[in-house]
Formats: sequence, C-alpha cells, structure tokens
Amino acid sequence: MATIQQIGENEQHPDVALVNSARAGDVQAFETLVNKYDRQIFRIAQHITQNREDAQDIVQDAFLKAYEKLDQFQGNSKFYTWLVRIAVNESLMRLRKRRTGKMVSIDDDIETEEGSVPRDLADWSPNPEQNYSQAELAEILRKTIQGLPQGFRIVFVLRDVDGLSTEETAETLGLSVPAVKSRLLRARLQLRERLSRYFRKKKAGEK
Amino acid sequence: MTCTEFIALLDELIDDSLPAETRAQLQEHLSGCEHCEVTLSTTRKTIEIYRSHEVYDLPDTIRKRLHDAIIARCKHGC
Ligand SMILES: [Zn+2]
Repeated sequence: MATIQQIGENEQHPDVALVNSARAGDVQAFETLVNKYDRQIFRIAQHITQNREDAQDIVQDAFLKAYEKLDQFQGNSKFYTWLVRIAVNESLMRLRKRRTGKMVSIDDDIETEEGSVPRDLADWSPNPEQNYSQAELAEILRKTIQGLPQGFRIVFVLRDVDGLSTEETAETLGLSVPAVKSRLLRARLQLRERLSRYFRKKKAGEK
Repeated sequence: MTCTEFIALLDELIDDSLPAETRAQLQEHLSGCEHCEVTLSTTRKTIEIYRSHEVYDLPDTIRKRLHDAIIARCKHGC
C-alpha cells in the first residue's frame, strides 16, 4: 500500500471525488464520469469489435457494470483504467459470442513478423493527409487500423490514441510490460507501412 | 549502431524515454542514415494522425440515448 501513501491529499485525481460521491448514491456524479469517458469507451469497443451496434451496447454495459461494482473499485488504479478494463472484457465477450466456439483473446493473431523490418522507405509528402477529404482520410485510417492484428490494434489504441502509459496498458490488458512494448513497436511500424501506400511522395510523372 | 538496433529503440526515442547518451548515439545514426530518418519521421506522423483524427465518432443523438439508458438504470438500482 506504499504507493497510495505516496500520493498526497492534494494530488488526488479529480475522479476520486466523483467516484466517492457516486458510491454514496449521487447519480449525477456518476453521470459526470459517463460524460467524460463515453467517447473513449466507445472508440475502444469499436476498435475491438469492429461493430457499431456492439460498441454502443458495450458503452452501456461497461458503465452499468462499473456502477454496480463501484464498491469493489480500489483507489490504487485510476478509475479510467479500471473502466477500460471492464470495457475490454465486455468487448472480448461480445466477440466470443459472435464467433461461437472460437476463443477470442488479445493474444489472437499475433504470429506475424510483418512490419518488424520497414520495407517501403519512400518519404511522405509534407502534409499527406491534406491530399484527401475528411471522409476519405477517415476511411483510410479506419481501413488501415482494421487490418492490424487484434492484439496490436488494441495496444496501439490504448497507448497512442488514448494516451495510457505502458504500465497502464499492460495492467488493463493483463499483459506484461515487455509484451506491450513489443506489440506497440510492431503496431506502429505496420501502420506506418500500410499508410505509406497513401501518403508517400509521388515521383515525378506518377499519378 | 545498425539500422536494426536503431529500430529496436524507435519507440523509446519517439516517447522520449532514453538516457542522453543513447539518444546521442541514435542521433548520430540518424544523421548518416536516410532510411531510419524516414522511418522515424513517418512513424511519428502516423501516431500524430491517429491521435488527431477520430476514427469512430459517437454522434450526439446516440450519446444522449445511451446516457439516458445508463442513468435510468442506475437510478432504479441495477
Ligand atoms: Zn539506419
């Protein structure tokens, strides 16, 4: 419990007060937490399930489960990391239901060496995203990240898009820190490689 | 330093979590290696693009519906 004692009274995360109020029956305090994190939870769920309806259901289920279990929430991790962990588990459960009989975990599909050695080494245009409309760009980004193995995708989303630390990502996914690191590197390199197709500088005369 | 050694430390370089000495070695490799330079800059750009563009937007109407459903169930004890 040494870690808890090190956190001074003044450095307490603002969520702690909200969680305490919600625990005492203040639904509005819980609503504030829903407002604060629903978009992120939706994004994570959608990245895992690749299905809009499922992701919406997961937002609802994850927050309800968190509300039910508030008493079990220990102050030694952030509320958000705890919530993400619930959402990841709910998402994997949904996937399992969809692919009946097939076990689904974040360890799926990672037996690939693709991306560990960069191949397409053409440089990109200075602001490559400006060559596409917002809609086109969104489609490119979606398609590209969807092509990543599940276990890489979720690490990239938590770590780089959501901004969790390596340790928090490891804790949330039940992975070791070295496993998170190696997946993150490969996820970043694979995404880069795949995006190169769209963003690389065109040679003179190329369309 | 070889390119493979450089790539192995790419994440730490991007996340700025390297000791000054290692950092200097990487910089030295970068100044003479266009491949790694491109890999670094485009990987940085990849992260930046994903960070600044929402791939899965949650429309306000759906948000509201989800909130109402969540709060209603919380109030009635779920
Ligand atoms: Zn190199």
